[in-house]
Amino acid sequence: MKNPLDSLWGTIITGLVLTVILVLAAKSLMG
Amino acid sequence: MDLVPALARWVHFLAGVMWIGLLYYFNFVQVPALKAATADNTAAGITKHVAPRALLYFRWSAVVTWLAGATLLGANFVNAFTLRPGWVGIGIGAWLGTIMIFNVWAIIWPNQQKILGMKPASDEEKAKARRTAFLTSRMNTALSIPMLFFMAGGLTHRAAFGL
Repeated sequence: MKNPLDSLWGTIITGLVLTVILVLAAKSLMG
Repeated sequence: MDLVPALARWVHFLAGVMWIGLLYYFNFVQVPALKAATADNTAAGITKHVAPRALLYFRWSAVVTWLAGATLLGANFVNAFTLRPGWVGIGIGAWLGTIMIFNVWAIIWPNQQKILGMKPASDEEKAKARRTAFLTSRMNTALSIPMLFFMAGGLTHRAAFGL
């Protein structure tokens, strides 16, 4: 599988996905 | 004293713009430019004159950004890093920024020194260093997206996301 960080779009999408995951994690942490 | 956090916020923004601006310069401009410049034998102009200067401001603006951010958190530094209630959003932003500055000083800079000939390295070591520095820089670009989301949190974030 190709590393998503090899392309700029892959990097941006990785960042956006990580943002969604962290927002959900933060909300669950806050109860 | 109210002046200290106010000045710290200002410096945090100024240095942060320089740090992340140079990070985006490396990823969006310099890497593709180097590829094209290598093809027509003009890469030396970038690697000799541009990259060392950009890296100097890049790594030191990261330090100033982190220190100003820590000053701004002040007595709430531990609350943020331990993700205490009310400090979860900025705490996640602070952790992401801290991971990013670690990547700059512990991974990107030592590998860039090999790539730019500031440290002795064989061709094989340089190739490995190039790949490691590239992927770490790309990782920092990806991390900057949630980092800025959480750092820029305020009333709008509270209203829209409850953060």
